[in-house]
Amino acid sequence: MTGETVMFWVLAPLTVFAAVGMLLVKKAVHSAILLAFVMIALAIFYIAQDAPFLGIVQIVVYTGAVMMLFLFILMLVGVDSSDSLVETIKGLRGVAITTSLAFAAALTSLIARAEFGQEPLGLVSANANGNVEGIANLIFRQYVWAFEVISALLITAALGAMVLAHSPKSSEARLSQRARSVARFRGASIGTAAGLPGSGVFARHNAVDVPALLPDGKPSDLSISSVLAERGDVQETKRYALDGLPKLDEEDK
Amino acid sequence: MTEYASLLLDDPIWLVAVKALLIFVLCVLLTLLAIWGERRIVARMQLRVGPNRVGPFGLVQGLADGVKLALKEDLIPKAADKVIFIIAPIISASTCFLAFAVIPMTGKVLFFGEETVFQLTDLSVGVLYILAAASVGVYGIVLAGWSSGSTYPLLGGLRSSAQVISYEIAMGLSFVAVFMYAGSMSTSEIVDSQAQWWNVVVLFPSFVIYVISMIGETNRAPFDLAEAEGELVGGFHTEYSSLKFALFFLAEYVNIMAVSALATTLFLGGPAAPPGLSFTESWLGGWFTFIWFILKVALFFFLFVWLRGTLPRLRYDQFMKFGWKVLIPVNIAWILIVATLRLMTQEGASQFMLAGFIITVVVLVMLATTIYESSKAKAEAAARFVPEMPEPSFPVPELPKQKRVEL
Repeated sequence: MTGETVMFWVLAPLTVFAAVGMLLVKKAVHSAILLAFVMIALAIFYIAQDAPFLGIVQIVVYTGAVMMLFLFILMLVGVDSSDSLVETIKGLRGVAITTSLAFAAALTSLIARAEFGQEPLGLVSANANGNVEGIANLIFRQYVWAFEVISALLITAALGAMVLAHSPKSSEARLSQRARSVARFRGASIGTAAGLPGSGVFARHNAVDVPALLPDGKPSDLSISSVLAERGDVQETKRYALDGLPKLDEEDK
Repeated sequence: MTEYASLLLDDPIWLVAVKALLIFVLCVLLTLLAIWGERRIVARMQLRVGPNRVGPFGLVQGLADGVKLALKEDLIPKAADKVIFIIAPIISASTCFLAFAVIPMTGKVLFFGEETVFQLTDLSVGVLYILAAASVGVYGIVLAGWSSGSTYPLLGGLRSSAQVISYEIAMGLSFVAVFMYAGSMSTSEIVDSQAQWWNVVVLFPSFVIYVISMIGETNRAPFDLAEAEGELVGGFHTEYSSLKFALFFLAEYVNIMAVSALATTLFLGGPAAPPGLSFTESWLGGWFTFIWFILKVALFFFLFVWLRGTLPRLRYDQFMKFGWKVLIPVNIAWILIVATLRLMTQEGASQFMLAGFIITVVVLVMLATTIYESSKAKAEAAARFVPEMPEPSFPVPELPKQKRVEL
């Protein structure tokens, strides 16, 4: 038994288990991790079969970038979102099963009928000038057109996704942080430049829904959190107004 | 294949095992030293003394802290996803050591009577392999943040993984120029190609971008937004304690060592002696090159500490903007220039052609900076614009003794 066979019999069952487990586990993050494991295991197989570049790139691109993006979205969706089995669109499950079966059948028949038309070259001659050079030769000489067309397609798709996902910004120019700061101290809002007045908690009532009283005895609506007003938890503020403040002129007499 | 790579090929199995063990021990020792060094250096920068009680010069402080950490209670939050909560630090700590496998740490040396190089293995895609190891290491951070089952770790995990991934792109791009000059992706050939000139001289822009992105990649100050204490408590490792936290801590420092070692390999000639001192390379039977290597890594580590002691933390959006809108485009433009120059010299272009190309590039860069400066000035002028406002009025009580003047 060579090292490669030992590695195969250790890693292959694990890979199959992980692949099956990916379909069966409940939480989306768990199946993402199992899929990442399958990808890394495949990369190790590639490397063992003298394709180090392909193996490493598989890890960098699929495990490091694509799977990570998936995981990102799963995390943003929710910390404990286990797969919900409710169909949001009616009949989707049937369509999905039919399509995947048809796709599998098409793939199987294609692969079964495939003919390469020539004897395989073998690793020695494929890697004659080194593995990286061999791949570079194929991609950038023989298949350069296909490669460029696919990359243009991918870039277009990425751009399209960005355009579709981007919400248009409001057309009016936004003031900069500095301009807004200056405006706060110059305009009518200077009254609140040092912060809004606090509610009248300690004035006459022990409650946050009671307005603060301004020096002239008028209640200040600004002193009450707008959230409370939104919820309708605030009483009429006018009733706290102090009408009977003695006029200063009269006090003098 | 270089001379060193062929030396590695005939290593017996026991030698490979010994080397692997030595690399592991080296990483852990370097971490202990690094923690001590960082605390002492930062202390000096802040006019303090730093740890100086445990052992000579406080050298064993890291060990004492490690023992203390290991004896703490190991907590797993109720809301945590238990399996992943345990796997995450293991992923982090085990992937960070992988990078050292392909780093050449000495020139030709005798190892228990066997002529070899202190490097575990030489891959034809060595540098990409380090990138792959780093990208798997990110899983540790993401999963730790997710599995903790609370908000701050989740946000910290998201932040730091977004950060690591975006800076990995800038980092990967800064390798490209090096690959083009060395004509290879294997670490030993890259070191070999720097026999004449170190890449830090030839490819200075790549070096600068690599150094910036390596600090972003390791989540260190001033880019340590993922563990911004004021906002996110501890970031992704908020819920971790005891040995699991120690694993994250170890992973962070080994990662710093790994990116520093990679910088040494790619840009500072690896274990080669500085120019003019090449006679030292044969001292101690070749082992003196190991001292040069460690010195270069220590230099980068000092840079890490220096930046931490000097710079305030960046805001998250500024940091991401810098990565995506400055580092990556500049890097791509630089790669184009290097590739063109390389092709021109290979195809035997005349001196005039080369000079013309360089002058064109310089003129274009100057034009771009002029346009950028003028648009910046315009934007600043727009920022100073303040709209007209009415005079404010205040509810003021009447002042005493104030008489109304009847007109």
